[in-house]
Amino acid sequence: MNTQLLIQLLVNGLVVGTLYGVVAMSFVLIYKATQVVNFAQGELLLIGAWVCWWLLTKYQVPFYLGMPITLVFMFLFGIAIQIVILRPMIGEPIISVIMVTIALSTVFSALMKWMFGVNLQPFPRIFQTQNVNILGLQVQTVYLMSLAVSVAMMIGMAWFFRLSKYGLAMRATAFNQQVAQSLGISVKSVFAMAWAISATVSAVAGVVVAVVNGVSAGLSAYGVKVFPAAILGGLDSVAGAVLGGIIIGLLENIAHFLDSEYLHWGNLYEIAPFYALIIILMIKPYGLFGTKDIERV
Amino acid sequence: MAGQTLIPAGDFRTSYAADTTVFPTTNSRNAMIAGIVLICFAPYVVNAYILSLLIQIGIFGIAALGLNIVVGFTGQISIGHAAFFGFGAFTSAYLSNRFGIPVFFCIPLAGVVTAAVGLIFGLPAARLKGLYLAIATLAAQYILLDFFARAEWFTGGSVPASAEPFSIFGYTLRGDKQYFYVVLAYVIVCYLLVTNLIRTRDGRALVAVRDHYLSAEIMGINLTKYRTLSFGLAAFFAGVGGGLYAHYNLVVSNEGFGIDRSIIFLAMIIIGGLGSIMGTLMGTAFMVLLPESMEWLSVALRGSPIDQFLGLKNNIAFLREMAIGVIIIVFLVFEPDGLAHRWRQIKAYWKLYPFSH
Repeated sequence: MNTQLLIQLLVNGLVVGTLYGVVAMSFVLIYKATQVVNFAQGELLLIGAWVCWWLLTKYQVPFYLGMPITLVFMFLFGIAIQIVILRPMIGEPIISVIMVTIALSTVFSALMKWMFGVNLQPFPRIFQTQNVNILGLQVQTVYLMSLAVSVAMMIGMAWFFRLSKYGLAMRATAFNQQVAQSLGISVKSVFAMAWAISATVSAVAGVVVAVVNGVSAGLSAYGVKVFPAAILGGLDSVAGAVLGGIIIGLLENIAHFLDSEYLHWGNLYEIAPFYALIIILMIKPYGLFGTKDIERV
Repeated sequence: MAGQTLIPAGDFRTSYAADTTVFPTTNSRNAMIAGIVLICFAPYVVNAYILSLLIQIGIFGIAALGLNIVVGFTGQISIGHAAFFGFGAFTSAYLSNRFGIPVFFCIPLAGVVTAAVGLIFGLPAARLKGLYLAIATLAAQYILLDFFARAEWFTGGSVPASAEPFSIFGYTLRGDKQYFYVVLAYVIVCYLLVTNLIRTRDGRALVAVRDHYLSAEIMGINLTKYRTLSFGLAAFFAGVGGGLYAHYNLVVSNEGFGIDRSIIFLAMIIIGGLGSIMGTLMGTAFMVLLPESMEWLSVALRGSPIDQFLGLKNNIAFLREMAIGVIIIVFLVFEPDGLAHRWRQIKAYWKLYPFSH
């Protein structure tokens, strides 16, 4: 048994898993607040990464300036999507809303390919040192940054929902839109805010991935991996999404380890989350922490 | 059978037979028959390019019809239809290559095998609804694609599997002109089958599940059975369409059964009209012609300032993808009932002309 590889893969899984967790969290945020399943989450990641890359390479903006500009842009972009595309869809059947987000993802991914090409673009170096030695294990600096950023985002999100007034309004809207509205909460602005925050958080995750791996159209694959993570945790649980993301990240890498050491089936890494997804849906359809729908007639 | 040639103003159906009739008037029936007869002459009138488009419309139309059963009539969401389409294509090629079954039987057999696979993936549908189901079908898409890449005995792996040309009673059909009639026959049979299905108890049960599944269950409709059944039916038509596709191209490669094709299938039924049988065909025609017309447009604009600005020649693939997405959004926002609804409105306008209001 190759312990070195296993540990390396577990660290890898944890880092990637927390990133999945962050993206799943922003996915669940939209679902919880607006009841929209966002199939374009991966494209939000991609857009954020490309915008940051573009600022950094074309305009030579320093990173500490480029990042906030990207985030502000994505914040406004999220609001714009909600107002222009999703707001007319309120009250439409679920299939229409899902189709709109699928169509959005097609448009965005094609637009990004058109504007920036299909090739992988390396991200400008941000850190001077490449590796840090922790307990005898060589860990890349970007991995540490990724982990730190992810955890910071999660803590920030938890603070926002638990303690801020706006977070309270959002939770109230998620609980019951009509009651929230009658208590003076502007449901419209809560919807817009949910998209804005989700887009911003996704963009942060996108930039982190871009720093680690470079930017390419393949980044939107994170949007697909979100589904196993969010389903595992339960579609409407923010904490569950984070946990689900970490589990999926670890699962991927464990599958990779088993594959490369014992099974040699090849490519198990990519498909394992989807088998896990089907199994979860068969056994526990509402995930680990999701609320079970109880319907009365 | 309807006897009158015009529909009376208002809803005057007094018998059950009049309510479930396929053609409301004899005129509409005759028009349909005339249309089918006319299209039989198509191979002798149109050129090879348009003929190939017509064949594509027929093949994809059958698969889209299956998707419309599950999405339009039963109200379930399936994002993995292209994978079933691909499964049908590989199955048909495999059956004819491996067992020497005549292609004539392979295509319906492919439909049956694909239906069995569809039932397996439809099992979660028995317990799930809405979003969870959509995500389960998304997983089915990826799992089947992975299976295609993995199962070399079945698909040939990275080398495309070859498919036999269509033959009937020892006579092999070659070329588009002859294959056109095969596709036409399948389209007519499939569309008649589904039209009839919707008139039966099972078909109405599907619609009831869509409209209000709790009420449907209380009225004695077995939700599990009908949800799973709709998935099986959808996969059946996807398999038949896939089989036709395999023997049309004579080669089946791993390409072209991905999520983007699934989105195109969904676009077909949304543009045509969810829960409309003829609309499915209209939507398919629209989605087949859309990329082609963009191609014509880009050729027409070659060298113009628009071309230089957009770089049409190199970027046509991305623009096409974008156009598909934009069209879906535009239809969902402005015309959620699709082309079928627009067509009914046009008919209603001319029926009352010049007194329409």
